[in-house]
Amino acid sequence: MTAPTDEAGRGTDAGQGDEAPLPPLGSVGLLRWAWRQLTSMRTALVLLFLLAVASIPGSVLPQRGTNPLRVSQWLQDNPATGPVLDRLGFFDVYASPWFAAVYLLLFVSLVGCVLPRARQHWRALRTPPPPAPRRLERLPQALEFESDLDPADVLAGAHAALGGWRRRESPPEAGWLAAEKGYSREVGNLVFHMSLVALLVGVAVGGLFGWKGNVIVREGEGFSNTLTQYDAWGGGRMVRADGLAPFSFTLDRFTVDFERGEAQRGAPRVFVADVTYRDEPTSTGSRTTIEVNEPLAVDGAKVFLVGHGYAPHFVIRDATGTVVFDDSVVFLPQDGNFTSTGVIKVPDADPALGISGLFLPTAALDDVRGPHSTFPAPDFPAVFLSAFTGNLGMDSGVPQSVYTLDTSQMDQLGLESLLPGDTWTLPDGAGTVEFTGFERWASFQIASDPGKELVLASALAAIAGLLVSLFVRRRRIWVKALPREGGGSLVQVAGLSKAEDAGLADEVARVASRLGWPATMDAPRADRRTT
Amino acid sequence: MTSMELAQASNAAVYASMVSLAIAMVFFAVSFAAGRRRATAAHPVESVASVGGTALLTRPPETDAGDPGRRAANIGMSLTWLSFVTLLVGVVLRGVWAGRVPWGNMYEFSITASLGILGVFLAISLKRDLRWLGLFVVIPTLLNLGLAVTVLYTESAQLVPALKSYWLVIHVAAAIICFGAFTFAAATAGLSLLRSRAERRRGDVTGWLARVPDAERLRTLTNRVVAFSFPLWTFAVVAGAIWAENAWGRYWGWDPKETWAFITWVIYAAYLHARSTAGWRTDRASWIALIGWVSFLINYFGVNIFVTSLHSYAGT
Ligand code: HEM
Repeated sequence: MTAPTDEAGRGTDAGQGDEAPLPPLGSVGLLRWAWRQLTSMRTALVLLFLLAVASIPGSVLPQRGTNPLRVSQWLQDNPATGPVLDRLGFFDVYASPWFAAVYLLLFVSLVGCVLPRARQHWRALRTPPPPAPRRLERLPQALEFESDLDPADVLAGAHAALGGWRRRESPPEAGWLAAEKGYSREVGNLVFHMSLVALLVGVAVGGLFGWKGNVIVREGEGFSNTLTQYDAWGGGRMVRADGLAPFSFTLDRFTVDFERGEAQRGAPRVFVADVTYRDEPTSTGSRTTIEVNEPLAVDGAKVFLVGHGYAPHFVIRDATGTVVFDDSVVFLPQDGNFTSTGVIKVPDADPALGISGLFLPTAALDDVRGPHSTFPAPDFPAVFLSAFTGNLGMDSGVPQSVYTLDTSQMDQLGLESLLPGDTWTLPDGAGTVEFTGFERWASFQIASDPGKELVLASALAAIAGLLVSLFVRRRRIWVKALPREGGGSLVQVAGLSKAEDAGLADEVARVASRLGWPATMDAPRADRRTT
Repeated sequence: MTSMELAQASNAAVYASMVSLAIAMVFFAVSFAAGRRRATAAHPVESVASVGGTALLTRPPETDAGDPGRRAANIGMSLTWLSFVTLLVGVVLRGVWAGRVPWGNMYEFSITASLGILGVFLAISLKRDLRWLGLFVVIPTLLNLGLAVTVLYTESAQLVPALKSYWLVIHVAAAIICFGAFTFAAATAGLSLLRSRAERRRGDVTGWLARVPDAERLRTLTNRVVAFSFPLWTFAVVAGAIWAENAWGRYWGWDPKETWAFITWVIYAAYLHARSTAGWRTDRASWIALIGWVSFLINYFGVNIFVTSLHSYAGT
C-alpha cells in the first residue's frame, strides 16, 4: 500500500507527500504510519462517504428520538429482525456508537490534517515567494515579448503592476521579480474546517446542557416551569432539573382557523395563543402571543406552540345530585379532522365511575367509520360516551396514563351521544353526566439549548471560510527582464496557480500589458472559450 | 383578471413553456444528429504560442455557416430562452393568484425548480457557449415539469402556518438555485464520463461526442459550478435549520428531509475533496457529483412523497 499522495502542491502539508510504501517497524513507527494514514486526504474521503452512508438507515427506519410509537409498532411487526436491529442501534442511529465512531474519526482526521497545515501556512505567511524558475516559458501561463525599456525600468513597472502582492526581488544581475497573492485562500480553508469542529462542540454543549419538555395547557389554565408540570421532559446529563428558570404563563385564549375552500380543506391557516407570562412568580405579568413561527423567549428558554385540540367540559353528579366532577378534560386528536379521544375518571363517585369517549367537532355517523368528525372546526360538536363502574385500578400503585381507561375490573353501564347542554342519566341510578360545552387546549414545547448560538456562529463562519477558500485564487507571478543587445529588454511574464484557475491567463495578460506587451489580440481568456 | 383567469393564465404559461421546451429538445437533438466533426482542436483559444518574440493566440475560425448542427442548436437556445420567460410568467402569475410566494406545495416547488434549472443554464450560457449542453438540461427540466403538471398538480391554497416565515423564502430560494446548479453539474459530470471513455478508446473523438468539450474541460466546468452551489447549499441548510428552530424548537432533528439534506451536503463535500485527492480528481470525482445529484433528487421527490416527515407540505 502506498502512502497517500496528493496532487503536487496541494494538500501535501500534513506529511502526505512522501513515499512510504510499507509501515516502518517498531511501535512508534507503526503509530506514526497509522496517524499519517488517518490524516490523509484519501481517508477523509472514505470517512465522508461512510458518514453519508451511515446516515441513511435513520431516514428509512423509524427513530426513537422522533417517533417512539412507530418504533414499537415496527418491533411488533418484525419480531425476527426488529430486536437484532434494535440491539445494533438502528432505531437510534444518530446516537449509536457506530455513527459516533464515524464522525469522531472524521473529526480527529480533520484536526490532524488541518493543524499541521495551519502551522505550515503560518510559516509561509512570513516567507517571501520562491525565486523564479529558470525556464519561465515552461509554466502553464507564459508570455514573452520585447520592450524598449531597460530591465531595471521593466522591473520597476512590474513592482507597480503587482502592488499589493507579496514580492521578492532577485539579485540585480538575475533580473526577476516574484510575486504571490491569495494567502487568504488557505486561511479560509482553515476557518472552514475549524468551524466544523466548533459546530460539533456547540452540538455537544446543547446535548449536555440543553433540555426540552412538552406540556398541554387548557384555555384559562396556567403553567409554571417545574419538572412536575410537564407531561414529558428530557434533559442533558449536566442539567439540574431542580434549577429550571422559574417562569410561568397562563393561556388566556387560543384562536385557530381552518381552510374552508376546496383545496387542502381543513388545513390549518392560523394558530394564535394569547398568553400572560411572568419571569418570576412575583413579577407582574406581560401579555403576548405565541404563534407557530413566533416562539416566546423567556429566561433562556423558548416556548413553542406545537399543537392544539379540544377539551370538552362535563359536570357529573351522583345519585343524590351531588356534583362529583366539574371540569374540562383534554381529548387527543386522532386525525386531521380532530376526531378526538379521551377519558374521564371519577374515583370520588361511589362506586368509582370511568368514562371513555370521543369528541367530534363536526360530528357525523356512518356504518363504515362509526362516529367521526368531518371538519376540524366546531361546526356541530358532539360527544360519544361509554360509561363504566367498578375499580379504576388507580390504587394499585402502577402509574396510569390520564388518556387510557383500564376497564379490566369494571362493568359497562351503557353508551350515549350528547350535544352541548344534554344530560345523560346513567342506568342503575349511577348518576348523571352533563356535557356543558368545550374549551380548547394548546400544546407547547419548551426548550433550552445553550449551544445553539455557538452552532449558528460556527455555521456562518464555515460559510464565510468556504467562500474565501473557494473563490480566492492563490497565484504566483514572475516577471523576468533580460537586457537585449542594442538596448531594451526581453520580458517574460509567467503565472502559476495552486488550483484550477480560469482567470490566471487574464492576470498574466494584465501584468504583461502594464509592462508594454502589445496586446493587439484578445487576451487569452479561459472563460469565454467557444467550444 | 379574476382569480379564475389568473389560475388559467398561469397554467397556460406553464404548458406553453413545456411545448417550447419540447421543440427546443428536438432542435438540440438534431444538432447532435447532424454529427459533423468539429474542425477545431481540443483547446481552441488556450494555446499561446511565442513566435518571433511576440505572443500569438490561436483562435479557430468560428462560423455557423454551413454547419446545420450549429444552426439547429442556435434555434434550440432561442426556444430555451422563450421557455424560461413563459415559465417565469407562469410562476409569477401563480404567486399573484395565491397572494404569496409560489412555494406552498410540490407543484409550485417543481415549476419554480424548473425555472431554477433553466435560469442557471441560461445565466452560464451568457458567459460561455453551452449549445452542446442544451439537450441535457432541457430533458430533466421537461421531465420535472411533466411530473409537476400531471402527478403533483395542486389547486392553489394558502400556506399552513409552519410555512409562513420569511426563512421559507430564503431557504427555498437558495435550494431552488442549488437544484438548478446541481442539475447542471450532473449533466456536465455525466458527459465528462462519456467523453473520457470515448477519449480513452480512440484518441480522436468522433460522432456526437465530438460536439462536446473534452473531458478535462467538462470536469473543470463541473467543479466550478459545484464550487458555486456548495456554499449556497450550506447556506440553504443553515437557513432551514434556523427556520426549524423557530417553528419546532430545535434546529436539527434528523427528520428524513434534514437527513437527506445532510447526506447531499456530505457527498458534495466529498466531491470537492476528491478534486484535491490524487487518483480521484477525474472520473471518480465525476461519479461523486452524479451521486450527489441523485441524493438531492431523493431528498426532493422521494422524501416528500414516500416518507412521513414533518416537512409534510407535499399537499397533493
Ligand atoms: C467534516 C468533514 C469535512 C468536510 C465537510 C470537509 C469539507 C471540505 C470542503 C467543502 C473543501 C473544499 C473547500 C475548501 O477548500 O475549503 C475541503 C477542502 C479540504 N479539506 Fe476538507 N472537509 C472535511 C474533513 C477534512 C479532513 C478530515 C481533512 C484531512 C484529512 C480535510 C482536508 C482538506 C484539505 C487539505 C482541503 C483543501 C484542498 C485544496 O487545497 O483544494 N478535510 N474540505
